Amino acid sequence: MLKRFFTLVPAGAIALFSNVANAEVSMLSKPWQMWLQDPMSPTAEKVFALNSFLLWIEVAIVLFVLALMCYILIRFNEKANPEPSKTTHNTLLEVVWTAIPIIILVVVAVPSLKTLYFADHTEDAEMTLKISGNQWYWSYTYPDNGDLEFDSIYVAEEDLQEGQPRLLSVDNPVVLPANTNIRLLLNSNDVIHNWAIPSLAIKLDTTPGRTNETWVHINEVGDYYGMCSELCGVNHSRMPIHVKAVPKEEFAKWLIKAKEEFASNDKAPKTNTVRLAQVDTVAR
Amino acid sequence: MANDAAAHDHHDHKPPFWTRWLCSTNHKDIGTLYLAISMVAAIIGGSMSWYLRLELAEPGIQFIHDFQFYNVLVTAHGFIMVFFVVMPAMIGGFGNWFIPLMIGAPDMAFPRMNNISFWLLAAGFILLLLSAVVGDGPGTGWTVYPPLSSSEFQPGPSVDFGILALHVAGASSILGAINLIVTILNMRAPGMTIHRMPLFVWAILITAILLLLALPVLAGALTMLLTDRNFGTHFFDPGAGGDPILWQHLFWFFGHPEVYIIIIPAFGIISQVVSTFSRKPVFGYLGMAYAMSAIGVVGFVVWAHHMYTVGLNVDTRAYFTAATMVIAVPTGIKIFSWLATMWGGSIRLEVPMLYAIAFIFLFVVGGVTGVTLANASADLVMHDTYYVVAHFHYVMGLSAILGMFAGFYYWIGKMSGKQYPKGLAKWQFWFFVIGVNVLFFPQHFAGLAGMPRRIPDYPDSYAGWNLISSIGALITAIGTLLFFVVLWRTLTSSEKVVANQWGEGATTLEWTVDSPAPFHTHEVLPDMTGKAPAE
Repeated sequence: MLKRFFTLVPAGAIALFSNVANAEVSMLSKPWQMWLQDPMSPTAEKVFALNSFLLWIEVAIVLFVLALMCYILIRFNEKANPEPSKTTHNTLLEVVWTAIPIIILVVVAVPSLKTLYFADHTEDAEMTLKISGNQWYWSYTYPDNGDLEFDSIYVAEEDLQEGQPRLLSVDNPVVLPANTNIRLLLNSNDVIHNWAIPSLAIKLDTTPGRTNETWVHINEVGDYYGMCSELCGVNHSRMPIHVKAVPKEEFAKWLIKAKEEFASNDKAPKTNTVRLAQVDTVAR
Repeated sequence: MANDAAAHDHHDHKPPFWTRWLCSTNHKDIGTLYLAISMVAAIIGGSMSWYLRLELAEPGIQFIHDFQFYNVLVTAHGFIMVFFVVMPAMIGGFGNWFIPLMIGAPDMAFPRMNNISFWLLAAGFILLLLSAVVGDGPGTGWTVYPPLSSSEFQPGPSVDFGILALHVAGASSILGAINLIVTILNMRAPGMTIHRMPLFVWAILITAILLLLALPVLAGALTMLLTDRNFGTHFFDPGAGGDPILWQHLFWFFGHPEVYIIIIPAFGIISQVVSTFSRKPVFGYLGMAYAMSAIGVVGFVVWAHHMYTVGLNVDTRAYFTAATMVIAVPTGIKIFSWLATMWGGSIRLEVPMLYAIAFIFLFVVGGVTGVTLANASADLVMHDTYYVVAHFHYVMGLSAILGMFAGFYYWIGKMSGKQYPKGLAKWQFWFFVIGVNVLFFPQHFAGLAGMPRRIPDYPDSYAGWNLISSIGALITAIGTLLFFVVLWRTLTSSEKVVANQWGEGATTLEWTVDSPAPFHTHEVLPDMTGKAPAE
């Protein structure tokens, strides 16, 4: 156990270095990471800034209470203060410790609500991606591009290629153009799942019978990883999300290639049962 | 008062063993039964979490190869800790034992209802344990979201057993709540007005009202799920015009008040303890009482902050963000009032006071992360991660458990008449408090880095924080074992305590009766007319 523990640190350093070499970002967490993943979309930047702002306020509050408690325990322990006072009221003090939290909350609420409305949807989407949750894989559809559709299935540990992160890799990553306003429409074919990518600040349930909408604008070319974030059954931990953001020109080329590659999807009936069985054996 | 009890000694006949413990109508005996079932449930629910932490200690699958079983453990741990550890100990245990003693009543208003309320809970606990062994077990999480909890995705009788377990436990809680409300409103000693009740009585009164309003909603939702699963209804089935989100609204309309049901009794205990060991009345008594009331009221209009990612309308999320942040204000009042109670006091660091101080600090840590999570926008990167796990364990799980330990050490002398071993109890305190912090603090980091909850295996980069967390679980386990050693040593101790073992600071009525409290107490009503507010 300990050996594994210590080898993690250099592994993380190597991963970092390789990112620089490729000049492409690879967005997943690093060993001993203590804070959010770097923001890679306008929404994520705002969410990141809000959380940093909140962190400072909250650390200050915790330290203030801690310092106050330490002072009280030293100054007013029974040796230092054998005779207790009998004070039980101080109206001014009570007003102050009600009013100051209210002011802090109002100050927090302004950027928070702005971010909330900003993250909700986009008015000028350049394309749409449909995301469907299934037990236990994701299906992606490109309605603007002849309903190109394919499934994105977890790669089991023994099938991992060099450089593919464990539990985060899929056979067909969803390819999206960078620097494009993309509308995301989410639904589910069975139970509730949740499509989440921390570095893009996206987290939205896929619910059967409903279509949820959000949007994304990916700032940089690279790989973005996430995991299903709503308990969806036995293989909940086995339905990762991998978004591959490419330059717009490359995306156009990929579309042509992908239409050929996934053309058979239209004809053959969906073989969900086989897929489920495969995933299931892997997990068990 | 001690003389009174001696004079009435001939009334202190206890019924024979089976009659006493199976057919009890005595609030103290029923309270003891509640505390006992809570300890048994804590061992079971705790063992489940230690097994989970063992699996999560390093990446990959080591012990739990059946992921359904992993989900069953997650589900059962939640149910057991909420419904069968904290609620029985706080409301059934300490509530039964000390509400009549503190308000100067001879017993609860409905002693026989008190009995059936306990035995329904025991039946519910057995049903819940059965749910894990019939079929595959319920692998739905304690939130039981359909469609995952529907008969299509969780076939077999497990989820039905779970539903019935909650139904029965819910009925038990509703009966208990009615009993407590009636007792507190009608059976206070002469002169003890509402504004002179000790804060623990206030806390239990508010908790009981929350139970009475919230649990029927859960019962309704559970019944709908039960008929969906077994009798062909489609309340939550989108394929037939139902809506799975309806379940989430109903569940959280109960579920959010439920977290206050868990923590408000701890507020009460901490107020008594802080006041006693500072030898000072509670600072801002009315503010404290009405802050708890405000938390209870606002707690009913914030439920959808558990549902920020289901796709609610953005204005709805904006409302729930604002409403949720409001809760920080009354909780802030409570924190500062406890500190102000200690300010100027003559503080004695007995074990209950150590627990109260740890409670205040942990509650502040859990409270500020709650301010983060209140923001629907911040929640985009937090929802369903270990940050949430860390938050609710701090603010509700641990704080409630620390409150229970504070209550145990504060009142065990009154309940058993024996002195707990002070040195060992301090060791128990340090192991437990250090353990839970090592256990849960790193989970903030794992969650911020994006680790989802309810997964048996995680990407390798989360390994570091998870290992530390599991080490914390081991330390916590030692602290928990030590507690049972303390309990054993206390009950077998020959060191007796006096009626008021804490001296001048302990001003409430339970300290006026003998230790251990006689079988029947307050047969002559104490007169509280003109006495200062109980605190």
